[in-house]
Amino acid sequence: MSAALDVAAFGAVGERTLALRHAVEEFLYHDADLLDRWRLAEWLALFTDECSYLVPSTDRPEGDPFTDLYLIQDDRFLLEQRVDSLLTKTAWAESPHSRTRRLVTNVVATHLGEGAVEVRANFLITRSRKATVDTYPGHYEMLLEADPGGEAGFRIRMRKAVLALEELRPHGRVSIIL
Amino acid sequence: MAGTTYVIDDRETPRFRVHRSAMVEPAVLDLERANIFDRCWLYVGHESEVANPHDFRTRRVGGRPVIFTRDATGSVRVFVNSCPHRGMEVESRSEGHGRFLKCFYHGWSFDTAGELVAMPDDEAYGPNFDRQNMCLPRPPHVDSYRGFVFLNWDPAAIDLGTYLGNARTILDLVADQSEHGMSVLGGTHLYSMRANWKLLVENSFDAYHAMTTHQRYIDMLKASGRDFSVRQVGPAARGVARRGPMDLGGGHAVTGSVDTSDGDVLGALGREFPDEAARAKHKARRARLVELYGEEWVNRMLGGRNHLIFPNLFVIDLVMGCTIRTFYPDAPDYMEVTAWELVPNGEDEQLRHLRMSNFLTFWGPAGLATPDDVEALERCQRGFAAYQAAPWNDLSRGMNGHPVNSEAQMRVFWRHWNKLITGEELSPEDHILFDPERDGRRVHGTAAEARP
Repeated sequence: MSAALDVAAFGAVGERTLALRHAVEEFLYHDADLLDRWRLAEWLALFTDECSYLVPSTDRPEGDPFTDLYLIQDDRFLLEQRVDSLLTKTAWAESPHSRTRRLVTNVVATHLGEGAVEVRANFLITRSRKATVDTYPGHYEMLLEADPGGEAGFRIRMRKAVLALEELRPHGRVSIIL
Repeated sequence: MAGTTYVIDDRETPRFRVHRSAMVEPAVLDLERANIFDRCWLYVGHESEVANPHDFRTRRVGGRPVIFTRDATGSVRVFVNSCPHRGMEVESRSEGHGRFLKCFYHGWSFDTAGELVAMPDDEAYGPNFDRQNMCLPRPPHVDSYRGFVFLNWDPAAIDLGTYLGNARTILDLVADQSEHGMSVLGGTHLYSMRANWKLLVENSFDAYHAMTTHQRYIDMLKASGRDFSVRQVGPAARGVARRGPMDLGGGHAVTGSVDTSDGDVLGALGREFPDEAARAKHKARRARLVELYGEEWVNRMLGGRNHLIFPNLFVIDLVMGCTIRTFYPDAPDYMEVTAWELVPNGEDEQLRHLRMSNFLTFWGPAGLATPDDVEALERCQRGFAAYQAAPWNDLSRGMNGHPVNSEAQMRVFWRHWNKLITGEELSPEDHILFDPERDGRRVHGTAAEARP
C-alpha cells in the first residue's frame, strides 16, 4: 500500500479526490481485516503516539467527551491496555474471542492539508458468540495522518465510532473493538 | 411460592444456600413483580437530570413508562407516560425540554404539572365531562431523599424515609461530597444482560470476584503506576482499609472501606494520579471536606462503598468514580440495566477529567471490567439450565464472622427477598447489624446546611 500512497494526489486543502478516497478505503479495509483476524498488536501499531479512541453513549451520540458520559474514551495508554488485555485469556468477555465481520462503506475522505485527512465512513459489525449474533451499526469519524513510509499508509490520530443504536440492548456490551 | 424453599439459612454448619429455580422459573418472576416491584420504592432518577423547569426525561420504572419532569414552580414531578384518553405513551423522546407534553394520537396536551390544557374539539364532550381529572396519571407515591427520586406503585406503601431507614446515612456519604450539590452527567449507559436480575444484585457488591474476574483491570492499574504493595494502616499508609459489610435493615446493605491514606490515593480501585499537582488537588478537596464534616466522615466518604437499596438500586462510589445503577427483569433470564455517572459540582477540571476517565475504564458495557461481569453472569445463567440436577447456589462465605470478601451483604438481600416471596422470616446476622459508630460519624451538618 505504501508504495501507492501519493500525498500529492490527495489534492488541495478541503478536496476529496478519488486517489485520496481510494487510499483511505485501502487503509480502512486493512484496519477491519486486522480486527476481524484478532491481529490486535498490529492494529494498535496503526495509531499515533498521541491518539484517542472514542465511543459516545448511545443516548448522546453528539455528546462532548469532556462533559458527557461516554462508552469509551481511551488515550494511548488505555488503548494499549485494552488491546493487551484482549490478547490475554483473562478478558473473559472475549475469551475465547468472538467472531466478527466488519463492513466499512460510504467513505468520505477530506484532505486537511499536509497529509492530514478527515474521514467519515459507515460500519456494520456483527459479533457472533455462544448462539447469539449481535449487530453494531454506526459510523466512524477519524483523523488520519499520511504515513508514506509506513506499511499501512496512514496512522490514526483520532478514531470515534458512533453507534446507530438507541441502546446496547440486547447486546449488553462492547467487548470488541469498534 | 408458598411451601417452596428457595433459601436455606443454616446457622449451625454454617451454610447459606439459594435454589437456582429462583433465577429460572417464570412463576418466580410473576411473584417478584407482584410482591417486590409493585410494593417497594423504586429509583426514578436524580433531581439534577431535570435541572430546569420543563426539562423532562422518559424511562421505565418497575416495568412501567414514566415521565420525570420539573413543573413551572420548580417541583420535581413523575407521571405515568400514558394518555388518560386512550393510553398512548405521550412522550417518546428520552429527554427534552418543553412547557407542554402533547399526545399526537388525538392531540391532547398537558402541562408539566400534568394538567390537561387542551383537547381538540372540546365541545363534543359536553359541559359535565370531568376535564379536571383527565390529567396525566400519577404513581401512588413519589418522594425524594437528597436528590434521589423514588416512586412506589403501592397505594398502601410506607413513606420513603421509613423505607430507606439506615440507608439514608449511606446516601449522605455520597450527597455530602460537594457544597455545590451533586449532578448526573449527560449520557447514559443503557445495556442489558442475558441473566437473572438478582445475579446483578449479588455481583454489584461482590468483593470476592474482583481478583479473578477483573484481573485485567488490576493489571491496568499496576501499569498506571498504582502501588498495591503498601497497604498497611499507619503514617506511611497509602491504602484503603476494607470494612466488613453492614446490614442496614429492610434488605438494604452496604460494603465499604475507609481511606487510610490521608487522600494519597483515589480509593481502592483508582489509577495512580497522573502528577503530583493532581494529588495535591485531591488532598485540598479532602481538607475542605474535613473542615465541613470532620476526619472520620471524610475518611469513610473517600474510602468508597457499594450500596444496595432494595430491591434494584445500587449507588457504587469507588471514589475514583460514582455510578448509580438500576436494573429490571423483562424475563427470568434477561434484564435491562441503566447506569449513570454522579459527580460533585464545582470540581477541579483536572480531577473531573481523571474521574471521568477512571469511571469509564472500570464501569460501563465497554470498560475493562463490566463486560467481564456481563460474561460471568450470562455464564451463570447458562449453567442454571441444569438447575434440577445442580440446584443450589452457595453464599456461605463470612457466616463465621470473617469480614474479608464476605458474602453477608448478599445474604441480607436474599433474606429480605425470601420474606417478600415466601413469607418466611429469617433472622439477621448479628455481627453485621447497622452501627452508626463503626466507621465514623459526621460531626457537623449536611452539605446543604454548610452552604453559605
